[in-house]
Amino acid sequence: MAKLTYREAVAAGIAQEMRRDENVVLIGEDVAAAGGVFKATVGLLDEFGPKRVRDTPIAEQAILGAAMGAAMTGMRPIAEIMFSDFLAVCWDIVANQIAKTRYMTNGQFEIPLVIRTANGGGSRFGAQHSQSVENWAMAIPGLKVVAPSTPADVKGLLAAAVRDPDPVIFFEHKALYATKGEVPDGEYVDELGKAKVLRQGSDVTIVALALMVPRALKAAELLESEHGISATVVDVRSLVPLDTQTIFAEVEKTGRLYTVEENPRLCGWGAEISSLVAEELFYDLDGPIVRITTPHIPLPAADNLEDATIPSVEKIVQTIRETAG
Amino acid sequence: MRYIERITGLYPREKMAKKPARKAGTRKPATARQKAGRKRGRKSGSAALYAASAKELTAFYRSMLMIRRFEEKAGQMYGMGLIGGFCHLYIGQEAVVVGVQDALQPGDQVLTSYRDHGHMLAAGIDPKAVMAELTGRSGGISRGKGGSMHMFSLDHGFYGGHGIVAAQVPIGTGLAFANKYNDSDAVAVTYFGDGAANQGQIFESFNMAKLWSLPVLYVIENNQYAMGTSIDRASGVTELCRRGDSFNIPGRLVDGMNVLEVRAATEEALAHCRTGKGPMILEMKTYRYRGHSMSDPAKYRSRAEVQEMRAEHDPIDQVKRRLLADKIFDEAGLKAIDKEIKDQVTASAEFAQESPEPEAAALYTDILAPEAAPETERG
Repeated sequence: MAKLTYREAVAAGIAQEMRRDENVVLIGEDVAAAGGVFKATVGLLDEFGPKRVRDTPIAEQAILGAAMGAAMTGMRPIAEIMFSDFLAVCWDIVANQIAKTRYMTNGQFEIPLVIRTANGGGSRFGAQHSQSVENWAMAIPGLKVVAPSTPADVKGLLAAAVRDPDPVIFFEHKALYATKGEVPDGEYVDELGKAKVLRQGSDVTIVALALMVPRALKAAELLESEHGISATVVDVRSLVPLDTQTIFAEVEKTGRLYTVEENPRLCGWGAEISSLVAEELFYDLDGPIVRITTPHIPLPAADNLEDATIPSVEKIVQTIRETAG
Repeated sequence: MRYIERITGLYPREKMAKKPARKAGTRKPATARQKAGRKRGRKSGSAALYAASAKELTAFYRSMLMIRRFEEKAGQMYGMGLIGGFCHLYIGQEAVVVGVQDALQPGDQVLTSYRDHGHMLAAGIDPKAVMAELTGRSGGISRGKGGSMHMFSLDHGFYGGHGIVAAQVPIGTGLAFANKYNDSDAVAVTYFGDGAANQGQIFESFNMAKLWSLPVLYVIENNQYAMGTSIDRASGVTELCRRGDSFNIPGRLVDGMNVLEVRAATEEALAHCRTGKGPMILEMKTYRYRGHSMSDPAKYRSRAEVQEMRAEHDPIDQVKRRLLADKIFDEAGLKAIDKEIKDQVTASAEFAQESPEPEAAALYTDILAPEAAPETERG
């Protein structure tokens, strides 16, 4: 085990896969010489050279076109879209080409690529550089959608994403890049589509993703120590495939479900989980399902305004305390 | 000036020069004038005509006629309600795809827009599989899950069939990126229309292709109309072969109604791409006789305009005249070919109606990769 930051784990995961497979290349804006705008790809150009680690023009459609064309020939490109907000610039290629080609070709073509992108708020970047758009990706059949919360998960899930035969949208959280955690040494590959139970409780089940996971864990500690409420915390990790088995099992045990989502409220991923739980576990529930989300507004830039929007530890604690009677 | 001349700047052209048939592989070296024309680029009229052998000329005729008859049949079946959804016919443009395809080497990739039936037939894909995809049957190339606009064949190097205008252009550029990465000498031939030429992703692709010197040939099929909007109402600059100017991508204007000119220009362009010189653009001036799709009555142009193109510039008639003039075939011989092709098309239409509908279970296959087979229990 080594202690790595979340951003170092990104580079470690990519390097592990590039060493193993010549077909893996990394392309994106400033990913090579600059080591990534979030410094998540530092050292890769030095190790693998400019043929495999490529700076691109600021042209998201060309980046994803290059990745898709290459993937159609059997390569395994990793394309970086610097901010997930910019997925909107190239969404046609994601939603209409990458996601649908396997289906439309009756399985003749696989598109084994990974789109890494920096997602989420908390950095005062304002409405066009702070969104949590994982629910956009979740809405498109044909994509896999992953959003890790720890450095170990970054390395293991990124490796799994590269090896996966399907296109994977890999959401890294901007506000987590500096966080540290133990990461297994040597070759480490996790499994896509598995949630993780991080804390076992008896009163409520909190289901969270990415930056909301450490906040949910902190909230659970406070709920236990200050309010006598015992909470389970589940890290969803993968929205597609969604590990309903783990989520259902944990909701069944406590009878209460809280989702903590950074995406804006309407059609957030928690709405899907809530709907599934309502259909499948209605009679096991002891109270209403509660969604804690960013309100349905564009994100503001000012410190106090942004802090008032994205679910905070306090907001999670308060909501659960008021509703988990 | 007649409307045709105004919008094409090409017509009327000199009648096709009569040349004795040549054997394949005995092409003349380029003349100084041709070389100069190449250097200047973007000059029409100076382009060489491919010296096709009798056999090649016959093959061009057959391929073009096959596409024409196939599309006529598809149009008819659409009218009868046997084909649903969209159906974009390629009638009038046959010389482009037949001339280009003939110049390709094994391993080259082809991709195009939604007007893709002709490209598939030219790539050697079984007409039955194409027609059955149009009728939504299990015998279709995508087993009914693609439809008219979304057909692919990995075995034939055909990378789609793309329904979104210009979407194939960044993807074709990506194929070329892979070719270069893998040190392959394959060229990604990426067709798009005059309408698509105004899409933004084209320019991102051009820039990347030039920057990375990628082996991609952009073939602009300028059929004069972006849906119902004529090129002079859609483009600030109508010489689409110049679209690569600011990227330093050479472009050349080609008479897309003349299969021999298409064939010659493509061969030169492919050599450019294949020898590490990066991308190239060919603008094929062509014309679509039918509406944008089957639901378009094409009221934005006159009957006379279409009639004139058909009468004076038809790509199939041009070759037909040559086959007769060179006494490669007499009328009876051509009739026999026509019948053979009609029979093939009829067989594809029958197959497309008889092939069973896809099973409902197919709905849920090939969305994601199939799950890995579960480990069998011991004992």
